[in-house]
Amino acid sequence: MPELWIDVLTVLDGTARLAAPLIFCAMAGLVSERSGIVDIGLEGKLLAGAFAAAAVATLTGSPWAGLAAALAASVMLALVHGFACITHRGEQIVSGVAVNILALGMTVVVANALFRHGGHTPALGAGERFSPIALPFAESLREVPLLGPLYAELVSGHNLLVYAAFLSVLLVWWLGWRTRFGLRLRAAGELPEAVDSAGVSVSALRYRGILIAGLLCGLAGAYLSIAHGAGFVREMSAGKGFLALAALIFGRWRPLPVLFACLLFGLLDTVAPRLQGMELPLIGPAPVALVSVLPYAMTVVLLAGFFGRAVPPGALGRPFVKEH
Amino acid sequence: MSGGNGSGEARRAAVRLRGVTKRFGAVLANDDVDLDIPAGTVHGIIGENGAGKSTLASIIYGLYAADRGSMEIDGRPASLRSPADAIRLGVGMVHQHFMLVPTFTVLENVMLGMEGGFRLRGGEADIRARLEDLSRTHGLEVDPDALIDDLPVGLRQRVEILKALFRGARILILDEPTGVLTPDETDRLFVVLRAIRDAGGTAVLITHKLREVMAVCDTVSVMRHGRLAGHRNTDETTTGELAELMVGRKVGQTVRPPESGARTPVLRAAGLTWRQAGSAPRLQDVSLELRAGEILAVAGVSGNGQSELLDLLSGLADVQEGYVEFAGRRIDAAHPATPAELRALGLAHVPEDRQRRGLVLPFEARENAVLGRPERAGPGPWTSGAAMQAHAEPLIERFDIRPPEPRRPAAGFSGGNQQKIVLAREFESVPAVLLLGQPTRGVDIGTIETIHAEVMALKERGSAILLVSTELDEILALADRIMVLNAGRVAGTVPAEGATARRLGLMMTGASEGMGA
Amino acid sequence: MTGLPRWLDIGVLPLVNLALALLAAAVVVALVGEDPLEVFAVLLQGAFGPGALGYTLYYATNFVFTGLAAALAFQARLFNIGAEGQATLGGLGIALACLSLETVLPGWLVALVAIAGAALFGAAWAVVPGWLQAYRGSHIVITTIMFNFLASGLMVWLLSGPMMRPGQGSPQTRLFDEAVRLPAVHDIVRALGFEAARSPLNLSFLFALIACVAVWVLVWRTKFGYALRAIGHSEEAARYAGIPVRRAVVAAMALSGALAGCMALNEVLGVQHKLVLNFSAGYGFTGIAVALMGRNHPLGILAAGLLFGALFQGGAELNFEFETITHELALVIQGLVILFSGALAYMFTPWLARLLLARNAAHA
Repeated sequence: MPELWIDVLTVLDGTARLAAPLIFCAMAGLVSERSGIVDIGLEGKLLAGAFAAAAVATLTGSPWAGLAAALAASVMLALVHGFACITHRGEQIVSGVAVNILALGMTVVVANALFRHGGHTPALGAGERFSPIALPFAESLREVPLLGPLYAELVSGHNLLVYAAFLSVLLVWWLGWRTRFGLRLRAAGELPEAVDSAGVSVSALRYRGILIAGLLCGLAGAYLSIAHGAGFVREMSAGKGFLALAALIFGRWRPLPVLFACLLFGLLDTVAPRLQGMELPLIGPAPVALVSVLPYAMTVVLLAGFFGRAVPPGALGRPFVKEH
Repeated sequence: MSGGNGSGEARRAAVRLRGVTKRFGAVLANDDVDLDIPAGTVHGIIGENGAGKSTLASIIYGLYAADRGSMEIDGRPASLRSPADAIRLGVGMVHQHFMLVPTFTVLENVMLGMEGGFRLRGGEADIRARLEDLSRTHGLEVDPDALIDDLPVGLRQRVEILKALFRGARILILDEPTGVLTPDETDRLFVVLRAIRDAGGTAVLITHKLREVMAVCDTVSVMRHGRLAGHRNTDETTTGELAELMVGRKVGQTVRPPESGARTPVLRAAGLTWRQAGSAPRLQDVSLELRAGEILAVAGVSGNGQSELLDLLSGLADVQEGYVEFAGRRIDAAHPATPAELRALGLAHVPEDRQRRGLVLPFEARENAVLGRPERAGPGPWTSGAAMQAHAEPLIERFDIRPPEPRRPAAGFSGGNQQKIVLAREFESVPAVLLLGQPTRGVDIGTIETIHAEVMALKERGSAILLVSTELDEILALADRIMVLNAGRVAGTVPAEGATARRLGLMMTGASEGMGA
Repeated sequence: MTGLPRWLDIGVLPLVNLALALLAAAVVVALVGEDPLEVFAVLLQGAFGPGALGYTLYYATNFVFTGLAAALAFQARLFNIGAEGQATLGGLGIALACLSLETVLPGWLVALVAIAGAALFGAAWAVVPGWLQAYRGSHIVITTIMFNFLASGLMVWLLSGPMMRPGQGSPQTRLFDEAVRLPAVHDIVRALGFEAARSPLNLSFLFALIACVAVWVLVWRTKFGYALRAIGHSEEAARYAGIPVRRAVVAAMALSGALAGCMALNEVLGVQHKLVLNFSAGYGFTGIAVALMGRNHPLGILAAGLLFGALFQGGAELNFEFETITHELALVIQGLVILFSGALAYMFTPWLARLLLARNAAHA
C-alpha cells in the first residue's frame, strides 16, 4: 500500500509540474477572452517569454532578471495584439497567428545572434534558475503515514513558479469575480455596449485584460526555460499554448474548472509515457500518441455540444465600435 | 410650434430643445425640432417608424450629437458629449435593446460602473439596500440575485429602469418599451411610469401606439418626417386627431378603376402563428388569400408582424403553426419549403431590407441581377459574364437604372437605383406570386412613379401580389384589398375602395377594429 | 471594402504592407548587428542565383497549395487554420495508396490514386470542423486548431507503430516504389536534352498552377463559387437567394482541405517518397500569410507564393553567409506580413486615401 501511495504521489507530482505552464497560459487566455479578445497567441507569448527568460538569465546570471525579461517580452507581444485588435479593430484570429509566427522566428533569430548555438541558449547553472524549494519540516514529517509523504513529495519540493501558478488561479478568480475591475472586464466581454453606456471605456478594460494575459504568459515562459528546464530550446513551447486554449474551453472560461482541465491534461501527459510498452486488454500495445491528443479530442467533442455546451463570452472576437 | 400646453400656466421644462437638427447622410432625421418636455409628467413622443423619434431620444441621451440647435436640461444649458454626461445631468434611458449583461445578476448589472470601491464586497451591502429601497418606492420588485438570462422580458425591462433610477435619473426616456411586452406587463409598466411621475420625476415614452399614449401620458408630442407635427395635452385630444397628425392629412380619395369579378386564389395561408424561441408570438393566427391579378396590401406600423409574414411566405422562416398552400404544395411545420423551392414554384420576393438581403453590395449589378436565379447566370454549373450581361442589359434599360453599367458594384448605385436592380430582377419573369416589401422606401419621387407603374403592369399580367408598406399613400394607390396587422394579429381586412388613411390609421394603432371583408 | 480605388486596394496596399514588413525585419537585422541591405542581397541571391530557382519554385508549390486552401475558405468567410493537419492527412492518403497498391497496380495508376487520396484525406479532415461549424455552431478556428494536433498525434502513433518501416527505429514509412513517384523537373528537362540543376522541384508545381486556374474558375466562373462569395459578403442575402448556406460551408471546407491535402503531393510523393513526421513544417500557416497578401485571388496567391518561396530558399542561404542571421528570418518576415497585411490591413488606408485625395486636388 505505501508503495502504491508513493506511485500515486509521484504521478500527481509530475502532473503539477506539467500543468503549471498550462495553468498560467489558460489563466492568461481566461482574462483576455473574458474581456472579449480571442487569444490564440498564447503559444507565441509563452515561447517569447521562455526565450527572454533564458537569455537574460544566462547573460546576467540572475533568474529574477530572467523573469523580468520574460514578462517584458510577453507583454510586448500582447501589446502588438492589442494594438491590432483593440486600437485598429483588426481580425483577432489573424493577429494571433501573426504573434505566434513572429515569436517562432524572433526567438531563434535572436538566440542565434546572441549565442550562436543553433537557436538554443547555453545550459543554465543552478544559481541561474529557480530551484525546488523544500518547505519547512518536509523531511521531518516524511515518516508520518499517508500525509507525511503527501506533504514531502507533492506539496513540498517545487520551484517558486509552480506555487505561483496555483496562486494565479486564486488571483484571477479574486480579480475577476470579487473586484470592480473584474466585473467590468467580464461585462466588456459579454456586452461591451453595456459597459460603454455605463460610462466606462471598453478599450482601456480590454488593454488591461491583454496586459495581464501577457504577464501570465511571461511567467509560463520563465517556468519552461529557467525553472522546469535549464535553458531555451527552439520551439520549446511545443503546443502548450494551444493545449491551454483547449483547457480554457474545456473549463468553460471559469477559473476553477479551467484549473481542473489543466490538471487533467497534465495528468494525461504524465501518465502517457508510463503507458509506453504496456499491453492493454483488447487494445494491445497502449497507443501513447493517441493518449496525448485526448485533450484536443475531448475539447472538440465538448465544442460540438453533444455533452453540455461550452458557451464563450458573448462578445468574444467582436471588435467594439462606438456609436456616433 | 410653440408649446400647446393647454393649462396656460407655463410649467417648468425638464428638457427643452430649440432648433435641433440631425442629418445622417442624405436623410434628415430631425429637422429644426423645438420641444418642451414638462417636468413631473409622463410625456409621449409619438410618430410612425422613421419619423425621427429615436434619433431625438438619442440626442437627449448624448448618444448622438445634434448638427445644430441647443438643449437645456432642468433649465440649464446642456451640451452632451456622451451618455456619461447625460447620466450626470440626471437623464436615464431604457433602450429598445436592453443593455444588460445576460450572464450577470440583477445586482451586478445595476452596480456596473457604480461599484463604490475596488473590492465589490465593500459597496455591495449599501448598493443592495439602495436597490431594494428603489424597488419598493417605485413598485419595481425584482430579485437582486436572479440571473438576467433567467428573467422574462418584462422583468428585464424593470432592471433597466432600476439601473437608470439607481444612477440618479430624474428624467427617464423609454424607447418603444412596450414592443416586447405582453398587455399585462405593459399595464404594470404604466403603473411604474406613474409612480416615477408622482415621485417628482419625468418619464418620456417613445412609441408608435396611440392607445398607450392616451392611457398613460399627460402630454404628447407628435413627430412626422423628422419634424414636430404638434403638441397636445392628452385629456384635450382624441386618438383620431393624433392619428391624423401622425399620418398626415395629404391623402385624398383615390379614384380607382372598377374591378372585374372574382379571381382565382393562388396562395392561401391559414392560422399562421410564429414566435422566436421563448418569446411572445410575433405573428398570431394570420390567414390570408392571394388571388391572381390582385394586390393585397398589408398595412401596419412596422414591427407588427409584417416582416415575419414575409419571411414565412418566402421560406426564410419555417412555418411553426398553421399552413401555406401554394402551387399544389402544402407547407407546414412537418413539410417545410426552402426559399429556392418556393422560387422554383413561381414565387418572387422583394425583401424589405435591400442592402442586407436583397443585394450583395460588393457584387456587380449583373451578378445581383441573377441573385436567387442561378439558371440565368449561365449554363449548367457555370456562370458566364456574357449570360449575366445579356440578362442585365435589357433590365437596366427597362427600369432605367443609372448609371447603366452592369459591371458596377451594387454598392456604387444610389438607393433608388439599388432598389430598381432588385425590382428588375424579381419582376422579370412575371411570377405567380410576388411578395413586395417596402418597394419605395428611401426612393426618390420620380422613381416611385416608375415602380408603381411596373407593379400595376405586373398585376395586369396576372401576378398575385402581397404588398407590405408603411406608406398609406402607396397602399391606397395600389391595393385592391387591405389587411391591417396590429401586434401580430389581423386587425381587419377591408376593400381598398372607400378606405381612408384615417380609418386605416386607427386600425393600425389598435384604436378601432375594422370590419371583415 | 476599403473605399479605395481598386488598383490601390489590390495593387498598392499589399506592396505597402510588404514594404512595412521588410522595414521592420530590417530593423531586427540591424539590431542584431548586421547590415540589412547585405542580408537582403544574400536573400535575393539565394533565391534566384544559379541553381536556386528550382528550390524557390519547390517551396512556392507548397505555399500556393496552402495559400489557395486558406483563400478558398475565406471566400465564404471561414478561417481555416487547419491546413497543417489537412496536409498531414493528405500525406497519409498518399502513403496508404502507395504502400498498399504499388505491388498490385501499374505505377502511374497508383500515382493517380495517391493524388486522389491526398485530396480526399485532406478534405475529410476539414469536413468535420466544417460540419461542426455549420450544424453545431462550434467555432471553426478552434476546431481546426484542435484537428491539427489530432492529426499530428495520429501520425506519431501510425508512424511509430502500424505504419513504421519494418526493422527500423525512426518514425517513418518505407520508401515508395520508383514508379509511383512524381518525376523531378530536372529529370524531365534532362530527358528533353537540356541541362538543368538538381532541385526538389517536381511535377507538383504544375499541379499547383493547375490548382490556381481551377480555383479561379471555381470561384469566379461557377455557380458554386458565386454562392461562396455571396455567403462571404452577406450570409443574409445568400439565404434570401435560396443558397443552402450550411451545405455550401461544408463543401467549401472540403475543397479547402483537399487543396491543403495536395500540398503533400509536393513533399511526400514528389520529394521525400515516404511519409515522415511533421513534413508540413508550418507551411500550412504560411498559407495564411500567402492568402492575405495575395488578397485571396489565385494570381495574387501565385505571386505571394513565389515571394515566400524566395524568402524560404533565400533564407536557407543566410545560414551559410552569416553567423548571426539564419533562415528563421523568413519566419519573422512572414509573421510581420501577416500582421501588416492581415490584422493591421487597413491601418494605412486613411493615410493612403488622404495622399490620393491630395494628389487629385493638386491635379484639379
